[in-house]
Amino acid sequence: MSSTAQELYRALIVERSKAPRFGGRPEVFDAQGQGENAMCGDRVQVFWQRGGVVRHEAHGCAILTASADLMAQAVAGKSPAQMAAMRGAFEEVVTSGMENPALGDLNALAGVAQYRARIRCATLPWAALEEALKEGQLHG
Amino acid sequence: MSTRAFNVSEIRKDFPILTQQVHGRKLVFLDSAASAQKPRVVIDAMVRVMELQYANVHRGLHWMSERTSDAYEAARDKVAAFLNARAREEIVFTRNATESINLVAYSYGRTALRPGDAVVVSQMEHHANLVPWQILRDAHGVELRIAKITDSGELDWESLEAQFADGKVKLLAITHMSNVLGSYTPAERLVAFAHARGAKVLLDGCQAIVHRAVDVQALDVDFYVFSGHKLYGPTGIGVLYAKREILEAMPPFLAGGEMIDSVSYERATWAPPPHRFEAGTPAIIETIGLGAAIDYVQAIGLDAIAAHERELTAYGLKMLAGIEGLRVLGSAQDRGGVLTFTMEDAHAHDIATLLDRQGIAVRAGRHCAEPLMGRMGVSAAARASFALYTTVEEIDALGEGLARIKQIFK
Ligand SMILES: Cc1ncc(COP(=O)(O)O)c(C=O)c1O
Repeated sequence: MSSTAQELYRALIVERSKAPRFGGRPEVFDAQGQGENAMCGDRVQVFWQRGGVVRHEAHGCAILTASADLMAQAVAGKSPAQMAAMRGAFEEVVTSGMENPALGDLNALAGVAQYRARIRCATLPWAALEEALKEGQLHG
Repeated sequence: MSTRAFNVSEIRKDFPILTQQVHGRKLVFLDSAASAQKPRVVIDAMVRVMELQYANVHRGLHWMSERTSDAYEAARDKVAAFLNARAREEIVFTRNATESINLVAYSYGRTALRPGDAVVVSQMEHHANLVPWQILRDAHGVELRIAKITDSGELDWESLEAQFADGKVKLLAITHMSNVLGSYTPAERLVAFAHARGAKVLLDGCQAIVHRAVDVQALDVDFYVFSGHKLYGPTGIGVLYAKREILEAMPPFLAGGEMIDSVSYERATWAPPPHRFEAGTPAIIETIGLGAAIDYVQAIGLDAIAAHERELTAYGLKMLAGIEGLRVLGSAQDRGGVLTFTMEDAHAHDIATLLDRQGIAVRAGRHCAEPLMGRMGVSAAARASFALYTTVEEIDALGEGLARIKQIFK
C-alpha cells in the first residue's frame, strides 16, 4: 500500500468510522441538518443542541463517518459563529492538504486533498451542520 | 472472417495505454464496463482521417469530402454486418446509447404509442433506459411498468407476464445485459414473448454487444442500441438499429441540415432513414473510429472473446467467494464479466480509493442504476469489469488489493 493511502486511512479515521463516539440521534436537540451526496448515495444527519452539543448519523464511507465524528468532537462547546469559522478552516485543510495546528484531530483528514473525488465526503457533515445552525437561528 | 488465435499478451500490445503506470504501479484497469480502452488501430484510423482526407460529409463536391463520406458510410456497412441487419439503412448513428434510447422514446414513443398504452422496463435498467420512459409517461400519457427481477438478479418471468396480462403493453424496453449484475436477459425468448402479445422490443445492448455476438435478425428485435466507447471505439458515437419499416414511419428527432430532402421557408420534407435521424454534422472521425473498432473485434472473433471472458468471470467469482464478508450482487446463471460487490469491512468508495492507490481501477457508487441498488438492498457497491485484454493476474491483483483493505479495516 502506498504511503499516501495509509496517510489518508490513518488509524484515527478507521477507528472513528467503525466506532463513532458522537454517533446516534439524540433524544433532544434544537435543530438538524442533512447532507446527501447524490453521486454515491451517502447521507449524513447532524443534530445540534444549544450550548454546542453536536451528534450525527452517517451512512456512508469511512471518510464521511470519521469526518462527522471528528467534527462533533471539535465543535463541542463552540458557538455557531465559531463553528462556521472552523468549517472554513477545515475546508482549507482538506482542499490544500496543509494541516492547521488550531484544528487538532481534524487534521487527520488533510490527506483527502490528494483524492479530488473524496473531498466532498469530508466536507458533507459540515454542510449539514451549517444547515442545522441556520434552522437553529430561525427558531431563535 | 479471419480470426487470430486468442492470446491475451499479444492482445495487450494492441492497447498502448495498458503500459501506463498509476501512482507508480502498473495499471490494472478493471473498469471497462464504464468505458473500454482503445486499440492502436482505432487511434490510428482516427488520426489518419484527420491527417489525410478530412472534410465534412455528404456536402462537398470535392475529393476530400467524397473520401470522408465514403469512409463514414463504410462504417455504417460495418455496423450493419456486425449486427447482421437486413439493410444499411437500418443503422442510425447517434452520440451514444443514451441518445439512441431518447430518440426512440421521443420519435417512436410520441407517434406510434398512444396515451393509455404501456411501456415495460425491468428493475435492472441503467438510468438511460428508465428516465426517457418516465419523461414519455409524463409528457404523453403512456403508462410505465416495471418488471421485477429475482434475488439472483434474473428477470422474474412471472412478473413480466403479469405486466403484459391486460394487453396494454406496446413496447418492452429492456437491457440485454445488466451493467451491475452482469445478468443477460433471454433476448430471443423475450422478443418472441412480446411479439406474441403485440408489443415491440428495444434491447439496451451497451454491455452485451461487447461480450457476445448479436444477430438482430435471429433475435427479430425491433430496436437495438449501443455505444461505441464500450466496444473499444471512441466516445461520441452510438448506434440505433431499428427495423426499416419502423424507422420509415418515425418522424425526425432533431432537425436541421442533413436530415431533409427539400426545404422552403414554409416547410421541409424529410430525408429517408437513416439520414432523417442524423441532423447536423455527425461525429465523422468517431464514426470511422467505431468502424475500425468493429474490424478489430471481428478479427479476434466474439466467440473467442466470450470464451476468454467466461474464464475470467468464473475465476473472478471464485476469487471473490474466498473473501470473508464480501457479497457479490446477483448470481445469474447466464452472466458476463461484470462483478459488483460490497464488503462488510469497507464502504465501496473506500475500496475504490484504496485500490486506486495500488494502480487498480474499479468503479464505485450507484452505477447509474439507483433503483436497482435499492432493490438489491445496498446504497453503493464496487464493480470490477473485464474486457478482452483483462488477465487472470489482474484478477489476482484485485484479490490481493482487497485483502490489504481488509487488513486496514480489520
Ligand atoms: C446497460 C447500459 N445502458 C446504457 C448505458 C449508457 O451508455 P452511454 O452513457 O454511453 O450512453 C450504459 C453505460 O454505462 C450501460 O451500461
